[in-house]
Amino acid sequence: MVKCRVLDLGLVGYDKAYDLQKRLHKLRREGRIDDVLILLEHEPVVTMGRGGKRDNILVSDELLQSKGIRIFEIDRGGDVTLHCPGQFVGYPILDLNFHGKNIHKYLRNLEEVIIRSLKVYGIDGQRIENHTGVWVGGRKVASIGIGIKGWVTFHGFSLNINSDLSYFSLIRPCGFESRMVTSMSEILGRSVEPKDFRHQLIEQFREVFNLQMEEHGKQVSTLDSKEIVSCSL
Amino acid sequence: MKEIILPDMGEEVKEATISFWHHEEGDKVTKGEDLVEITTEKASFQVEAPVSGVLSKISAGEGEVVKSGQVLGIIEE
Repeated sequence: MVKCRVLDLGLVGYDKAYDLQKRLHKLRREGRIDDVLILLEHEPVVTMGRGGKRDNILVSDELLQSKGIRIFEIDRGGDVTLHCPGQFVGYPILDLNFHGKNIHKYLRNLEEVIIRSLKVYGIDGQRIENHTGVWVGGRKVASIGIGIKGWVTFHGFSLNINSDLSYFSLIRPCGFESRMVTSMSEILGRSVEPKDFRHQLIEQFREVFNLQMEEHGKQVSTLDSKEIVSCSL
Repeated sequence: MKEIILPDMGEEVKEATISFWHHEEGDKVTKGEDLVEITTEKASFQVEAPVSGVLSKISAGEGEVVKSGQVLGIIEE
């Protein structure tokens, strides 16, 4: 069974997290580390994937700047999205040589992890054909956008647990109206304990991808112990 | 001469678009380096150089819709 290190990093700046993904991706591609699941939250930030249209950001660069929100154009699939505190972000660095070299299957598996995690809270998460992500009653609770190099994945998913949804009015998330976005706390009418949710998600991730999860520390050492990546950001 | 072929990305990924080439025709490339980025609805996918040599021909340009198994370009070894 393939091992997977869980890195639980808390609130992290987008650029730092991106650099970390790149470093771990390279090491995974070289077969020097096991699979990794990075879990974190971002300060408010807008990202544009390869399908991103500037029109889907509804406010000026100046207004975003005044709110301290930066825009990153990045190498994932998909359109515009937004991250903010209260949103649960996961960046799996998985070698698909061990999980099926199939992009479609990988995307469906990410949805499956989220759907199963929501179910624990009595929320009925759904798929909508040709609109990757997880939806509840026609509103989007989780977004997915990935990159693959050398069959090793990066980027990943974001799920609104306690997000302040007013941030989404700044954009048209994935081209949809911002009112189409929801959160677990909005659905449940109460806030969700992030620790409990994280525990559920890791458990579902383990089951869906058939991994042996290892949770400890904020460092990843290579299998030959020649290099240690410090992930305290 | 080696053809650069878009690999099978999974049976249900029917169509993908060339987002950009990392190189131009005539450039030297090294085996394993990123050559061209393909995008599907929610994924970006890097196709690597199958061999080292000179990228002699780009058969599928930026913005073009491509399918698994299609020849994207040619490398002269």
